[in-house]
Amino acid sequence: MGRYVLRRLVESAVTFVLATIVIFLGVRALPGDPVRALAGEENDPQALAEIRRAYGLDESIVVQYVRYVGRALRGDLGTSARTRLPVAETIGHALPVTLQLAAFAMVVAVLIGLSTGIVASVRRRTASEWAANTVALLGLSIPVFWFGQMVILLFAIAYPVLPASGFVSFFSDPVQSLRHLLLPGLVLGSGLAAVIMRQTRSAMLEALGSDYIRTARAKGLGGAQVVFGHALRNSLIVVTTIVGLQLGALISGVVVTEQIFVVPGFGKLIVDGVLTRDYPMIQGLVLVTATAYIAINLLVDLLYSVIDPRIRVGGAVL
Amino acid sequence: MKPGSDRLLDVEELTVRFGTEDGAVLAVDAASFALGPGEVLALVGESGCGKSVTALALTGLLPRSAAVSGRITFAGRNLPGLAERELRRIRGRDIAYVFQEPMTSLNPVLTVGRQIGEVLRRHQGMGGSAARRRAAELLELVGIPLPHRRLGEYPHQLSGGMRQRVMIAMAVACRPRLLVADEPTTALDVTVQAGILDVLRTLRAEIGTAVLLITHDLGVVADIAERVVVMYAGRTIEEAHAEALFARPSHPYTRGLLDAVPNPARHADGGLREIPGRVPVLATSPDACTFADRCGHADGVCRTRRPAFARGPAGHLVRCWHPLAVPVPP
Ligand SMILES: Nc1ncnc2c1ncn2[C@@H]1O[C@H](COP(=O)(O)OP(=O)(O)OP(=O)(O)O)[C@@H](O)[C@H]1O
Ligand SMILES: [Mg+2]
Repeated sequence: MGRYVLRRLVESAVTFVLATIVIFLGVRALPGDPVRALAGEENDPQALAEIRRAYGLDESIVVQYVRYVGRALRGDLGTSARTRLPVAETIGHALPVTLQLAAFAMVVAVLIGLSTGIVASVRRRTASEWAANTVALLGLSIPVFWFGQMVILLFAIAYPVLPASGFVSFFSDPVQSLRHLLLPGLVLGSGLAAVIMRQTRSAMLEALGSDYIRTARAKGLGGAQVVFGHALRNSLIVVTTIVGLQLGALISGVVVTEQIFVVPGFGKLIVDGVLTRDYPMIQGLVLVTATAYIAINLLVDLLYSVIDPRIRVGGAVL
Repeated sequence: MKPGSDRLLDVEELTVRFGTEDGAVLAVDAASFALGPGEVLALVGESGCGKSVTALALTGLLPRSAAVSGRITFAGRNLPGLAERELRRIRGRDIAYVFQEPMTSLNPVLTVGRQIGEVLRRHQGMGGSAARRRAAELLELVGIPLPHRRLGEYPHQLSGGMRQRVMIAMAVACRPRLLVADEPTTALDVTVQAGILDVLRTLRAEIGTAVLLITHDLGVVADIAERVVVMYAGRTIEEAHAEALFARPSHPYTRGLLDAVPNPARHADGGLREIPGRVPVLATSPDACTFADRCGHADGVCRTRRPAFARGPAGHLVRCWHPLAVPVPP
């Protein structure tokens, strides 16, 4: 177990370094001269050169990279070219908003996905399975932007029971926060819920048909013990992996969802940053995204090893 | 046959039909047999004869696609008439199973201790530590060294033979009155097989449980069975005491099985040379002998009339129009 964790930590660190290089070079490969964006109306070559020097853009690329990493590690992601505010601070304000939204969407997705998936596998060839499958199909095929607007039309305009926009932190006012999170969370989580449902269903069907389930039943165990204690335990291995892989999709869903529900989060920063070619901001945002990705993957792998003893003990998989 | 009141298990006219996408499959066709307390009965036959389906049908473990009819009387109760709740109380406590595949029959994500403990909690209301202590005792009973350490291990950390011992420990945890062992040694190495049979024999002596031993290995039968029921295409076709069956097989099919094993008493590796042809998969029960197509003795009667299960020339039950009268040469 210890060796496995250590190996995954080292791997994550290497991935992180590679990510910083790619981000650093990638942003420089974007079309458009950032100096021009910074200069605004200014066209004087001397002024441009000044800006270039001020931002260290006249140095060699290697020096620029080392400086960039050094500053990033100290939490300095530069200054936004648009707002002139520190990038780290701006992201620091937006990130908790998005994390709360994503976490809520995740909880919604896991609750809906697992329960419908289990129902669909246990109640085969019944109306419940049919209903669960239909919901999953809809969840997968309805585009987020359309679903978002329909939800707003229905619950905020036709029957105004929930707010259609804005954000309240869970830690300042939980009730208001949940009211604000409900619609965007549902919209953001719907795709993931559908994926989890389908994975849960197929993993459960496989588990329920296996020899060890026959053994469990032959021991006289009741339905719930067989389904949850034996079949679900095994199915969670697959489901966890899929959820981990799908978190990336959640991040891109955040961008659209935050636009629709006017949530002042990470996704809004990305859209604003790209539209105004706010080069330091984009760089910071991508770096944070990449870090989140790496962290999530690490977390999923560690979780995976907790659920599956074949990874945790025995060494064969190490 | 012992008088009715002595019987632990009495299966009468058990019929199991599966509805499948390719039509109906008649897996068990009016099979009848009985088992006394503490008796070891072997159920033998080639692959696909309906042995496992019979075993699972006893306590209602078949999938929903199976239609079961007939009477199964266990300790005076008709099992098919019981509610699922009642059957659950019987499974694992009064009737326990050991299955063929030790690799897949244990749950890969639960520890050995948890899987054995589960039975004890379920049926004997034991708490965590009591169940653990008893589970360790059970592991010791089935010959697993360092039982306390094994309790915390997962199936993938054990060898095939060890896993089968764990299965057996689980099965005998509540001292069942009937142990159904469905090909308990088939998936194991020959050397390991002997050990498992030893464990079964010892436990039977200690607990006094009756054993329904399913196998297609006549070597195993000669080793530990007292009586033998031979199945073919879902029907019981011969039933006799083990020695009688080996000495005077009356059904040509039984004879074929024995001929494929020159000396069953000495033969332990279970190599069964096939009788030409295959076990038919039937949709309905034909008015004929189901073995006729593979039988050298078959004639018009065999193909047009259903043979009864009746006493043959050797004095035991056989389902054949032309039962063999000649004993097997020594
Ligand atoms: N769930 C099922 N659905 C449809 N048919 C089945 C099902 N289970 C078993 N059968 C059929 O019933 C027949 C008897 O199967 P069974 O498993 O009892 O054979 P067996 O004697 O145990 O053979 P083996 O030695 O291979 O274990 C076979 O023809 C099999 O295909
Ligand atoms: Mg079988």
